[in-house]
Amino acid sequence: MHSGGGSKPLIIGVLALQGGNLEHAALLDRLGLPNLQVTAIRSAGELEGLDGIILPGGESTAQGLLLEHFGMVEPLRQLIRDGLPVWGTCAGMILLAKGVEGQAVSVLDCMDITVRRNWYGSQLESFITEIAMEGIPGDLAEVVFIRAPGVVSTGVDVEVLASVLGQPVACRQRNMIVTAFHPELTEDTRFHRFFIDHVLSL
Amino acid sequence: MNTQYKLNKDLARMLKGGVIMDVMNVEQAKIAEAAGASAVMALERIPSEIRKAGGVSRMSDPEMIIRIKDAVTIPVMAKVRIGHIVEADILQSLGIDYIDESEVLTPADDQYHIDKQAYKIPFVCGARDLGEALRRIGEGAAMIRTKGEAGTGNIVEAVRHQRKIQQQIAQLHTMPTEELMSAAKDLQAPYDLVVEVADSGALPVVNFAAGGIATPADAALMMRLGSDGVFVGSGIFASEDPAARAQAIVLAVANYQDSQLVAKVSTGLGEAMRGLNLADLSQDQRFAQRGW
Repeated sequence: MHSGGGSKPLIIGVLALQGGNLEHAALLDRLGLPNLQVTAIRSAGELEGLDGIILPGGESTAQGLLLEHFGMVEPLRQLIRDGLPVWGTCAGMILLAKGVEGQAVSVLDCMDITVRRNWYGSQLESFITEIAMEGIPGDLAEVVFIRAPGVVSTGVDVEVLASVLGQPVACRQRNMIVTAFHPELTEDTRFHRFFIDHVLSL
Repeated sequence: MNTQYKLNKDLARMLKGGVIMDVMNVEQAKIAEAAGASAVMALERIPSEIRKAGGVSRMSDPEMIIRIKDAVTIPVMAKVRIGHIVEADILQSLGIDYIDESEVLTPADDQYHIDKQAYKIPFVCGARDLGEALRRIGEGAAMIRTKGEAGTGNIVEAVRHQRKIQQQIAQLHTMPTEELMSAAKDLQAPYDLVVEVADSGALPVVNFAAGGIATPADAALMMRLGSDGVFVGSGIFASEDPAARAQAIVLAVANYQDSQLVAKVSTGLGEAMRGLNLADLSQDQRFAQRGW
């Protein structure tokens, strides 16, 4: 698309209806990229002109209802199906999945994965661990799992980028990346850099 | 920082921009979840019912809490009496997600709150001012809410508490370093937390509004005053049409700066809960004064 070093700004939206949007915006800012513009997305109109979008953690049922009510499901689904680079963290992964256990209809219905909410259990089972992930250079990354969902199955062209105890926790399919964990709750900017590179590569 | 405490503060961050609703049974929990609640607070009686019933109000029946936990996928919270360490042990053993050490229940200890650092499960606590918020955080609370005056449908106390907390944070943020020890003394708050707030200009944990929120406009007001989200206790299930009101409050919180939207969702909700004037409450009927 473009290098990020030119004059045209790279516009990354962060869905800001509910959950951890400010944390994502703060880490994007810390990348210090001169042409990067970060914008909070609260309506369908604001989805236009984005180079990429992050769907943050939060409560997926609440976020799904808000997307539906504000008329954002259809336009966002179309943009993603047309190739808009997207990264869903935790709740964002549930919104993107084509299958959600115990739920007849998925919200955005875009990615060939089936997920289960609260895979690890309640808050008492939330944890922090170190992972190696494809595309994240250097030391192991410390990542935070909060009442995290799990990936039950993946479609044929879904790449698993990272696993914990044999369980996929980060996946990529075409323009879509999902992580069951929250890089935005650490000081590590490498995942956000990875997403920007993903946006630029498409 | 202790790993579990970080995880517990982080869960609260994921609730931001959301609405936590009091529910008394499985049916109400499902209504709340379908309306977009970010979490539910399971309790036998909503605060307005507690006021009517009088007597001693305690932790709810564990079986009722478990049934609600099994019925929803969103986080489940429940209340313990101030200082009641055994009720806290019990709720932790049930594997729910958050404990509210709440002034809405009758206090079990008239001098000491729970040592919340001794628990794995996160706690939210009420506060009327910054000093009280920092004392609770010092004890290990991972989330703060205003006390307001629960079960009244009257927003005035929640507004007072949130404004006070925000004013005191702003004062600390511009205060010269040499004045901070004296400020800690005046606030009756731990010095290290006072320094942290002075540096960052914010509470170190998420800060919700609670106590008296009855309408979408009340909820949007509390967001405008700097709350990270809202608790709605009696306001939903003591109203005429709980499902519609619950959803309207969720929508108003998510887009609180959009007045046209708040107007639209405020339309045709039926009657709000019947409110109480604070002047009609005797001193011992004021829940916000419980806690030390």
